[in-house]
Amino acid sequence: MDALFLQILNGLEKGGAYALIAMGLTLIFGTLGVVNFAHGALFMIGAFVAVTMQRIFNFSLEIVDATQKDFLGNPLKVKVPYVIEWFGDGFGGFLIDWSVPLAILLAIPVMMLVGFVMERGLIKHFYKRPHADQILVTFGLAIFLQEIVKYFFGANPIPTPAPSDYRGTIEMAIFGLNLSYPVWRLIYFFFSAAVIAAVFAFLQFTTFGMVVRAGMADRETVGLLGIDIDRRFTLMFGIAAAVAGLAGVMYTPILSPNYHMGMDFLVLSFVVVVVGGMGSLSGAVAAGFLLGILQAFASMNEVKSLIPGIDQIIIYLVAIVILLTRPRGLLGRKGVMED
Amino acid sequence: MFGLSQKDTRFLFIVIALTLLTPFLLNPFPTDSALAQFNAGYPALMQRFAIYGLMAIGFNILFGLTGYLSFGHAAFLGIGSYAAVWMFKLLSMNVLPAIILATLLAGLFALVIGYISLRRSGIYFSILTLAFAEMSYRLAYSVFTPITNGETGLQLNLKDPRILDAAPTSASLPVPSLFGLEMNSSWTLDLGPWDFTFNVGYYFCAVVAILGFYLSLRIFRSPFGLMLRAIKSNQNRLNYTGLNSRPYTLAAFVISGMYAGLAGGLLAAMDPLAGAERMQWTASGEVVLMTIMGGVGTLMGPVLGAGFIKYAENIFSKINESILHSWFSWLPDGLEDAVVWVFARFVGEGWHLTLGLMFMIIVIALPGGLVEGGQRIARLFRRKSEDAPSATPAE
Repeated sequence: MDALFLQILNGLEKGGAYALIAMGLTLIFGTLGVVNFAHGALFMIGAFVAVTMQRIFNFSLEIVDATQKDFLGNPLKVKVPYVIEWFGDGFGGFLIDWSVPLAILLAIPVMMLVGFVMERGLIKHFYKRPHADQILVTFGLAIFLQEIVKYFFGANPIPTPAPSDYRGTIEMAIFGLNLSYPVWRLIYFFFSAAVIAAVFAFLQFTTFGMVVRAGMADRETVGLLGIDIDRRFTLMFGIAAAVAGLAGVMYTPILSPNYHMGMDFLVLSFVVVVVGGMGSLSGAVAAGFLLGILQAFASMNEVKSLIPGIDQIIIYLVAIVILLTRPRGLLGRKGVMED
Repeated sequence: MFGLSQKDTRFLFIVIALTLLTPFLLNPFPTDSALAQFNAGYPALMQRFAIYGLMAIGFNILFGLTGYLSFGHAAFLGIGSYAAVWMFKLLSMNVLPAIILATLLAGLFALVIGYISLRRSGIYFSILTLAFAEMSYRLAYSVFTPITNGETGLQLNLKDPRILDAAPTSASLPVPSLFGLEMNSSWTLDLGPWDFTFNVGYYFCAVVAILGFYLSLRIFRSPFGLMLRAIKSNQNRLNYTGLNSRPYTLAAFVISGMYAGLAGGLLAAMDPLAGAERMQWTASGEVVLMTIMGGVGTLMGPVLGAGFIKYAENIFSKINESILHSWFSWLPDGLEDAVVWVFARFVGEGWHLTLGLMFMIIVIALPGGLVEGGQRIARLFRRKSEDAPSATPAE
């Protein structure tokens, strides 16, 4: 029973990442009608924003520490990060320790900017082109972004730890069960839930969101009503990029970022989007968590010994079954992507 | 001739001539010149051209004619490789049984996967094929390790039974051969500063690829091919006329799967080693890219695309900074370093950057791929010579 509950928690954290990326993909597909293969790269860039933040806070200057001597008796030179030099041990140390969560503040504007540049510079010209062309051009863009990141940060994974208070495991007593679970994974789940809720609230309760939803349903009519729908869709692309970026930033303590992490998540996210139903936001979120939890269950030793290899293929198996039994995915609408 | 129109026969003969003369055509630079790194006439690369060209031809029969975009063709390539290596291990080092089994087994898998996947169309079909391919890839790494040898990859072994072959006399591993003609044996022709290598393996692949090309030409011109095109242009209408299009798409899927299996078998015949990474989705994506880059639905396009990508992969990745320095040594010192720095980002380890940019540029500027680029240039010349523009044929 403990193990079962633990697996649900595990699935929630992975599902959170899938849901965030898949939601961004669906936002872009639902608004602009573009299949964006560079979305995994946005996730990866978000993760490297966290790495950049960590590096910025760790920029150091060398000062001579008169109180310490090296083995020759000369005064010892020590490297001190600028932030500690400026703000002292307390606040400076806090900044370094909290570089991953603080990277969110940097990631939102950076990712929005990346999204705007991508949409205005490249994807704008591909609205009317076939999906195959869109896939190819965004795939090329993904390789391009990947190589640029590889040039600046190298090919090896870069460890980016969570704040020290949140590194260990937490002891929980839920329903009379005592569980120990990594704190950061729990935080990741709550974070992804909060981001998802924020995006839904934005679309549901603001005038801007209302216009966007109207545009998703019938772009032409909204345009005829005198609303500049393209500008709003561009902003939605920026938001989708920011969501993917945030997913990446917060995922860094769980998986040390490397330049191809985006591609690894991209395929799974596409499966998630299709299982949820193309163009359905709630479908993408539901499918993300569902597949995350199923994958976690399949990695249990009991299940693995029963059906060997099931942990490797469960997501694809479920995708095949769902696509064959529910033609439009879990919550898909009629008429999307059926021509 | 061969049941083809006169124009197609001429086209086929041009292709055959080009394929057989590849060792000359791809070796235009003398071996001691600075441009010798651009020579692609060495056996390993020429074999790749033929093999991946064959795979792209097959993929084009499905994607180019019916419009069904499969993201799982690498699975058939992998299955073909495994089947061929098992034939080498168990039966004989002759390549014929190996590639025959590779083709048949891949066809069988294609039948099953296609039967299920073709119930859906559009992106759902793509995701279904992707799911099957990823499942094969992951299973090859985990549960099927006894068959696939997991991460190490399936290799030949001195203790393999090989029931048809005589017991090995030497302690070295045997080489795949065609009735005694070893695949890796080559003959070098020295013509002044030029070296031309004629490799048995390449010519074997080339003959198979030409046969594959001929078959695809026949399919393109046949009533069956016309039916496949009808499916691409309007499947609904076809269904409303009372015709069941599923058998046609399934046949196209199985045929293209068999091409991929054959290509996988040839890969194993050139180098008797099969690994699961051949089945990864990036490998499927590569074939899609080759086809689109060359020109979807054209006869030569996929082959050109395959050659282009494999050439870039092998040649660009070989160039390093010292070679660049020798090229730009005529520039002033500071400028030389700057130019070399810029170029070094795009070659060697950074050749993926070039690949990504190349895709973007081709999709943006030439939606019809390389073939369309060639047609545009040809039209430009034709318009200059004669004022009346004639309609260019599709291929």
